[in-house]
Amino acid sequence: MNPPSPFTPPEIRRVPSRFRQALSKYRITLTSDCDNCGLCVTLCPYDVYQKGSKRPRVAQDYLCLGPSCHKNEFYCLARCPRDAIRLNPNPSFEVLGDKRWTSDLLASTWYMAETGEIPYQDINYKTGDSGGGFDKIRFRLPSVPHPAISEEAISLAIELNRSGDERPQIALPVPFYLGGMSFGSISIHSMLSRVRAATAWGTFCCTGEGGYPDELKPYDDHVITQVATGLFGVREETIKRVRIVEFKYAQGAKPGLGGHLLGDKVTPEVARMREAVVGSSLFSPFPFHSVYSVEDHKKHIDWVKEINPRALVSVKVSTPNDVDMVAVGSYFAGAHILQLDGSYGGTGAAPDIAKKNIAMPLEYAVPKVHRFLKDEGIRDKITIIASGGIRTAYDAAKIIALGANGICLGTLDMVCLECLRCHNCESGRGCARGIATTDPELTKLITQDWGTQRIINAYAAWIKQWRSLLRRLGLTRIQDLVGRWDLLVHLDYADPQDLEGVLE
Amino acid sequence: MPPKYHIETANVPNRYPTITRSGVIAWEEGCLKCPRCVKRECIYGVYDKKNLDARQMVDSLDSLCKDCFRCVQNCPNRLIHKSLNPEYKNLGDDYWTPEIISKLWFQAETGRIPVSGAGYGGPFSGPGFDAMWTDMSEIVRPTRDGIHGREYISTQVDLGRKWMSLEFDDRGNLLSPAQSLVEIPLPIIFDLLPWSPPRDRINHTLLRGARGIGSFAVISQQEWEPSLKQYLDQVLLYINQAVETVDPELIKKLRLVEIPDGPRVLERFQKLKAINAEVVIAVRLPLSARSSERALELTQDGIEILHFTANELGREQGEDPWYIKDRIKEIHLHLVRFGVRDQITLIAGGGIAMAEHLAKLILCGADAVAVDIPLLIALECRVCRRCAAGIPCPVTIDQIYPPRGEARIRNLMAGWHNQLLEIMGAMGIREARRLRGEMGRAMFFEDLEAEVFASLGKGVAS
Repeated sequence: MNPPSPFTPPEIRRVPSRFRQALSKYRITLTSDCDNCGLCVTLCPYDVYQKGSKRPRVAQDYLCLGPSCHKNEFYCLARCPRDAIRLNPNPSFEVLGDKRWTSDLLASTWYMAETGEIPYQDINYKTGDSGGGFDKIRFRLPSVPHPAISEEAISLAIELNRSGDERPQIALPVPFYLGGMSFGSISIHSMLSRVRAATAWGTFCCTGEGGYPDELKPYDDHVITQVATGLFGVREETIKRVRIVEFKYAQGAKPGLGGHLLGDKVTPEVARMREAVVGSSLFSPFPFHSVYSVEDHKKHIDWVKEINPRALVSVKVSTPNDVDMVAVGSYFAGAHILQLDGSYGGTGAAPDIAKKNIAMPLEYAVPKVHRFLKDEGIRDKITIIASGGIRTAYDAAKIIALGANGICLGTLDMVCLECLRCHNCESGRGCARGIATTDPELTKLITQDWGTQRIINAYAAWIKQWRSLLRRLGLTRIQDLVGRWDLLVHLDYADPQDLEGVLE
Repeated sequence: MPPKYHIETANVPNRYPTITRSGVIAWEEGCLKCPRCVKRECIYGVYDKKNLDARQMVDSLDSLCKDCFRCVQNCPNRLIHKSLNPEYKNLGDDYWTPEIISKLWFQAETGRIPVSGAGYGGPFSGPGFDAMWTDMSEIVRPTRDGIHGREYISTQVDLGRKWMSLEFDDRGNLLSPAQSLVEIPLPIIFDLLPWSPPRDRINHTLLRGARGIGSFAVISQQEWEPSLKQYLDQVLLYINQAVETVDPELIKKLRLVEIPDGPRVLERFQKLKAINAEVVIAVRLPLSARSSERALELTQDGIEILHFTANELGREQGEDPWYIKDRIKEIHLHLVRFGVRDQITLIAGGGIAMAEHLAKLILCGADAVAVDIPLLIALECRVCRRCAAGIPCPVTIDQIYPPRGEARIRNLMAGWHNQLLEIMGAMGIREARRLRGEMGRAMFFEDLEAEVFASLGKGVAS
């Protein structure tokens, strides 16, 4: 057993947008009445303005507080002697986002990735607009504060091996790891940014089903290698390299369907890694054609355990009607970690009908499984990791309170790399913003240092939010939040008027 | 094994420009004439192709743009913006949303199913069909790969009455009438359109489309005309007046007819059978709170098919109307309770807008589904309903060239067929007949909410 080495959190450095202008919620313009007195430049504490030769330059309007600034003494619109400042909603901003990832959630995530701080602007960084699940659940915080807990003393650590077997204990200093995204679905720079950020946070990043590029070798101790139905890029040697091996039975975005990499994205490097033909679409069939029973499933897990005696085994499943039985089956087959991938999770390409309709949202599946495993008396023997539709630090805390031990993220990392969810990852040359592409030219739009730091930063901001939330809930360990349904309310079934405390 | 059912598809472009969700606004004033303009760097070539689309004679810019925002973010003088297209927002209504309409257009144009990257972006759930999810099988179940070829998932269903047993006389002669069933390879029939521009060409188009997929289109007796004789195998004639008003020679040639429910329904049924013993007869009736009782009566009376209709927003008649899926569930379970469900065929329609509605309504108990408005949308309808008010169609659907319209309808049906296969494949169900009423393989919003969320905050720990 390796004692957990003391963990030093990574350094936070400011990393602005790769593009000339960050996308902002508000747009500030200066009219021709401006006489360049420079008052706005000195007034604004957020560096929205820069000095200019003819008039100030609105360099960073994404940092503007918005109309809610009017109560401040430094509100530039009111103070401008020539009344030359106009503050309006940015029309382009309206085009961004959707019900789940609203433009506010995108912008707040970009801000966190840039600065590592909790947003102060007039943007909602806690919930989306989906009208159900996470977006209707709130924490009930006590109105009388708990005795002071130092936020630094709060433990966010989770244990991954609860089985009591002879395999290593792996403790993560943070309650998350990064989910599988294959080389091919995303670029090598995006992949390395994720792996390096995971390493910096002392956690893991999964390869997805697309092989284990050599560039990942320096980070072997922080890589989860995935064995999925197509077995692309799976070799004995890659299984031996890592501390965690993940079996992907299904994926939340397309439960019951196979993976699909369109031919355009199968470049020579991708084809070599996957031992496939350049330019031809790759289907990862569903299901594992060698697994028709829990016994077969156990054989699979035994096989990996035999090849790599120090590895923990994770099983990634989606959320069918009988997800609770699937969980029990995975436990008896010997899995250390059960990853529940909810139906609103991400993908490089999936039929829209599958994303919307097949399998249940995570917010139902996690409490179902948690309660069922408790009733079976085995809840403490397995680690439940929730994924598929977690967008904010609040979503993450809610799913832990609903019964997960920790969470696994993918889309968040993409948004940190300035994904704006245009949904075109799968077509033609792939992502126009250079994130989910294998096109040699587009790949160059991201550098690893930029990407790594952006992802590191966003998690730093999440960690701040978790610490603050736990402190106010009077908890010193995030593991004490697991299954605390009593701390949550659902706005459809509780009238905030009747409740004591503050809803957040 | 019968040959695999396959619907031919081919790209059939729109006659009118597609209405896109957002548009590009690019100002010329203030342009710095950068040597490397962001417009030249567009990976989709949006600006290169601008104004070159001669076929549509419109600016191609908006339909090619995929909202990557690189030009918006990189133009040094911030001269390029995106904005929502008000025309798009005004498409259809709250039920026939712009998203639904534009995805139906896409399928009718390409024959492909909508596929995209990143996760689902819509609401958590919603009314009607959005208040349910379909199941999948994780680990244990027979292999299937219906979509990519190796195995066969059948979407064929039977229309007609099934006899639970045969009757013989003392000498062993068969007394039971011959079982007349009509098989359709896809559980879809084309229904009467709630509104449309003049239908001469449209009816030809629908019947050709029905022929293309091996199914039927409902044609009312008022619209029958001799030029439709070439499609007799596809006609489901709706006889809403006395049987005597229809030429018996025509009835003799039909495989399916439909009559309205009413006091004389059994008499009409007998009269039709007397003319053509093999014709299969459906009774058409609006969904309402009384439907379960009426379904049982008609089943016990020996009717072969019940065709329930909801309104175009998927709701039944009466006060506090239910959604079609909920009432069909009730009807199905009522017939199951009385042990007669397998004798009768249930067709249901009204508000069927997407392939998922097809799968979900079958899960709730329908054997087959009647589709109407999506067929018009395949012909580029914008659900403006001007035709219902007698105003000419802005996309001249009445002028459609039937072979072109047929190809678009086939494309749409191919997309729906493939999506049905995706849903069934994920469940491990290989027969549409076995999908019917399989509610254990569906998850309903109200059940999950009650099981999981209702107790939150009530002081209950897990």
